[in-house]
Amino acid sequence: MFSRDRWQEIFQTISKNKLRTFLTGFAVALGIFIFVVLVGFGNGLKNTFQEFFLDDATNTLFLFAGKTTKPYKGFKSNRFIQWENNDLEDIKKNFPMFVQYITPRITRGAFVKYKNESNNYTTRAVAPGHQFVEKTIMMKGRYLNEYDIEKRTKNVVIGRLVAKDLFKGEDPIGKYIDMGDIAWKVVGVFQDDGGDNEERYIYLSYTTRQLIEKNNDKLGQIIVAFKPELGHQGGLAFERSLSKFLKDKKNIAPDDQGGIFIRNVADQLKQNQQFATVLQYIFGTIAIGTLVFGMIGVGTIMLFVVKERTKELGIRKALGATPKSVINMVLQEAVFITTIAGYIGMFLGIGVLSGIKDSLDEYFIKNPYIGMGTAIFATILLILFGALAGFIPARRAARIKPIEALRDE
Amino acid sequence: MIEIKDLHKSYIMGSNSLHVLKGIDFNVEEGELVAIMGSSGSGKSTLLNILGMLDVADEGSYTLDSVPIKNLNEKKAAQYRNKFLGFIFQSFNLINYKTAMENVALPLYYQGVSRKERQEKALKYLGQVGLAEWATHLPSELSGGQKQRVAIARAMASEPKVLLADEPTGALDSTTSYEVMELIQKINDEGNTILVVTHEEDIAKMCKRIVHLKDGIIEKDEKIEQVRASEYV
Repeated sequence: MFSRDRWQEIFQTISKNKLRTFLTGFAVALGIFIFVVLVGFGNGLKNTFQEFFLDDATNTLFLFAGKTTKPYKGFKSNRFIQWENNDLEDIKKNFPMFVQYITPRITRGAFVKYKNESNNYTTRAVAPGHQFVEKTIMMKGRYLNEYDIEKRTKNVVIGRLVAKDLFKGEDPIGKYIDMGDIAWKVVGVFQDDGGDNEERYIYLSYTTRQLIEKNNDKLGQIIVAFKPELGHQGGLAFERSLSKFLKDKKNIAPDDQGGIFIRNVADQLKQNQQFATVLQYIFGTIAIGTLVFGMIGVGTIMLFVVKERTKELGIRKALGATPKSVINMVLQEAVFITTIAGYIGMFLGIGVLSGIKDSLDEYFIKNPYIGMGTAIFATILLILFGALAGFIPARRAARIKPIEALRDE
Repeated sequence: MIEIKDLHKSYIMGSNSLHVLKGIDFNVEEGELVAIMGSSGSGKSTLLNILGMLDVADEGSYTLDSVPIKNLNEKKAAQYRNKFLGFIFQSFNLINYKTAMENVALPLYYQGVSRKERQEKALKYLGQVGLAEWATHLPSELSGGQKQRVAIARAMASEPKVLLADEPTGALDSTTSYEVMELIQKINDEGNTILVVTHEEDIAKMCKRIVHLKDGIIEKDEKIEQVRASEYV
């Protein structure tokens, strides 16, 4: 196998038959290249989906309130349900085994000024637990804390882009911004992976918001994070009993589709991931198809190569080449070319993928990659198939009588 | 050197069986230069192919240098061919992407001779056929006569017991043919056994013995006074 003479013989055949070498190599390299790129794109697509939906904690239930659609216990339908502070307390009290964090969220628009800069932003009045629900990352200062809730402070936490827009590089911590003709002290700046919009929020204490709005106790939505150890099934069970409890409390018919809504982030994530997985399968199928075409290509070329060499192989046999040495020569040449070309295609593909990185973000392909194992496996598969495809005609050529091979013009 | 007894060979052509050799008995001694003559279809090429182990007989025995040639598998046949026989073909059968020297060295490669020795021997035999200066040329750069001389050097390179030439001058003009025959005579003078298949009278007369084949049997087997090719050149 490693005899120097044999390799010299092979190198000579390869270098003296450039077109044949090129065609074989090209088919292999192209097959592997397209395979690698397609699988990489599939993975990139999945990455995008994961990024979209993994930004928020997945053990989260969003509680919305709306209109009832059925009369119940003497209440008419079309009654508007409103979350109130005591709902927070009741959930905490009744589900201590399930609740990890609970926070309300009251969303309002606001016109915000600092010195000469001003802009419109969305504010969210929340409790400290909201930080974990949104996976908010603090860059500077602190998040809202229990003190802010209790004392109804006029402290705000602003997004990175709010700071960038209004403060123009100035350190915002400790500065006061004007919002609805009230001065608010900036106590923290945060960032968020969820995209630009997520970094344009301003967070304040929900109790302060209620104080400003005529000291009411109304809440927009309630967000409940359940303990992650409950798992997906535990989360669903919690969702059901929470729904039952709240419907009961708010006098909503148990079978009413309106009134309150609970959105389970984990459920939604699962659906989206399924979609991404389907897309990945489609990409994968095309990729495997390409690989199969590559194999067929290699096989066809090997058949053609052996056919073309029939006479030469006949001459070699007349001069004393054994059938085994003929097969070995053809195979070794095939394996050598497919190996080199296969790895060239593979590394080109990987090179293109790492060159793309984030530049195709707009097309929902983020950080495309292929597992080294998959790439090498595909390459080896193609090499093996090339060898097999070469073996069949090579064996036939080796069996053919030299006299017949010599007659072949 | 060669002993053949009652050799038969048939080819199946569709539903017909074509009986090509119908019992050939013939011996060749060492150092002979034998022409096998006959019109096309007389079975002369078939006989040569069987002698060359490129084809197998249906019946009869064949002994080459006291070795019975029978029940050969492909591997054994290849080894015997390499060890005992040198081939010269009408259409030269050089490998077109190899230089003259590499073509000559090829049988030595299959003998397992080292690279350096192969090159030395190839050059030596190319020198003997007068083509040492053409060693690095490809077959496409050589004339027909030169190609056949390269093929003869190749046949000689493995130092075989018997040289088998199938219409060696068939693709050459008469002047070149005589040059090639001169070379074959020279090799024979050195003691090599050579069999030449031809249908040309003048070529056959340059051998020492003519075996006439007709319809698969030996019609006449005569020793002749050899005509030296050098007289024509």
